[in-house]
Amino acid sequence: MELEFLIEKTALVLVLFVLTLTIAAYSTWAERKVAAWLQDRVGPNRAGPFGLLQPLADGGKMFFKEEIIPSGANKYLFIAGPSLALLVSFLGTAVIPFGQNIEIFGRVVPLQVTDINVGILYIFGVVSLGVYGIMIGGWASNNKYSLMGAIRGASQNISYEIAMGLSIIALLMVTNTLSFKEIAAQQHGWHWNVLYQPLGFLIFLICAFAETNRVPFDLPECETELIGGYQTEYSAFKMGAYMFAEYINMFVSSVVMAVLYFGGYNYPGMDAVNQALGPTWGPLIGVGVMFFKIIAFIFFFMWVRWTVPRFRYDQLMDLGWKVLIPLAIANIVITAIVIVGFDLFNKL
Amino acid sequence: MESLSGRKKVLEQKPMNFWERMYLPAIFKGMAITFSHMFKKKETIHYPEQQREFSENWRGMHSLKRDEHGRERCTACGLCALSCPAEAITMISAERAKGEEHLYREEKYAAVYEINMLRCIFCGLCEEACPKEAIYLDGPIVPSDYLRKDFIYGKDKLVEKPLKEIEAEKAMSR
Repeated sequence: MELEFLIEKTALVLVLFVLTLTIAAYSTWAERKVAAWLQDRVGPNRAGPFGLLQPLADGGKMFFKEEIIPSGANKYLFIAGPSLALLVSFLGTAVIPFGQNIEIFGRVVPLQVTDINVGILYIFGVVSLGVYGIMIGGWASNNKYSLMGAIRGASQNISYEIAMGLSIIALLMVTNTLSFKEIAAQQHGWHWNVLYQPLGFLIFLICAFAETNRVPFDLPECETELIGGYQTEYSAFKMGAYMFAEYINMFVSSVVMAVLYFGGYNYPGMDAVNQALGPTWGPLIGVGVMFFKIIAFIFFFMWVRWTVPRFRYDQLMDLGWKVLIPLAIANIVITAIVIVGFDLFNKL
Repeated sequence: MESLSGRKKVLEQKPMNFWERMYLPAIFKGMAITFSHMFKKKETIHYPEQQREFSENWRGMHSLKRDEHGRERCTACGLCALSCPAEAITMISAERAKGEEHLYREEKYAAVYEINMLRCIFCGLCEEACPKEAIYLDGPIVPSDYLRKDFIYGKDKLVEKPLKEIEAEKAMSR
């Protein structure tokens, strides 16, 4: 392995790591700001200009708070829960292409840590591991509320993963590949997958809300019924780790939705821009476009959170099993018929 | 059953049609409403810098008044402490010595006068009980603090400034 390759990948991983942390930290700030704006308030504005230092203050507070481990808890699993949730949430972004190949110092660098040909399966595997963090943490707390939150989290994630996977299958029938790089490249210019798979996108979006445990599907931690759900016994930075994991998950699902359905770094008229700006600055604009889409999705997550009330548990299960899964299967069938129909039409 | 008031309305509950059962139109409508609130005027008052306007009879921090010659009006009769439902007021009285006539109006005065602002409920009964018009709840909001002992306000915080100082301040502000 050459040295340049190592340096390139290390730099990419570091940048991605820091970026994920920063975005997650500032999501907490943005969440409070968006919540405030939607409710005719101002939001945090005391720490630094526009309250921009608020995440640092919150993080510092989390570090210096007293850590309490309940006497009946399983000590090792109690620590393993939040650690696992945080660790697993970081893994997702490794297969995401954040832009086209970029030329730096005469070297062509792909803006992707690794392009594995089963990228979508990898993301699914990693995201479903996240539920272990919730499950282990909730069980190790030795608290009934935590356990109920954990069980809800597990059953909810499993139910919605099915519908999510089925909606992805319809997408794969259109793209014919599992690699994120190829899927992104296929959506060149205007050919975004959301135009071919609107129903699939809607199902995926709803399932993404459930997978990240966001309102209106935040049943694992719902305060009104379960105090804090699986987080009830957690304090200080272990609680912060769970919160951070949630925001990183939100970031990862926004990224995945942007790449799979909204064209990733593609935007109309990109060829002309790339030609005008050259191989270094052109792709950077694509990266900017990508992050614009990601931030728009994160805003959407928050916007929904401060609008829609929480589902009841039986309604959640009804929606998952009786509505979304049949819809996703219907979507697969319709997609298949349309694809076969086009093939026959082309042969004639 | 027959409604006695005649104002009873029976709500008709229709089964939801297809679009209503989808919930999505209703959700988008709600989201449009919340989004429109982003651009509305914020209701927030930035407290320490901006202050809400209070009504004329709003009751804030107490002040012990002076008369027109700048002498303390309080005669330490204890009626305010007696009337206080929260038992927030205590005082120790003392007799006016010779040569102190310019400081205290009556022969007896409060050497120590303390109000515990954490106990006070700002009901204004002390104000009503006072026969000498010595105490009024006409001050600002009681500021926050870190220690309980710092909420026991003595005469240093409660007594009005001497007339000369007030006039000097007025002159400055002009």
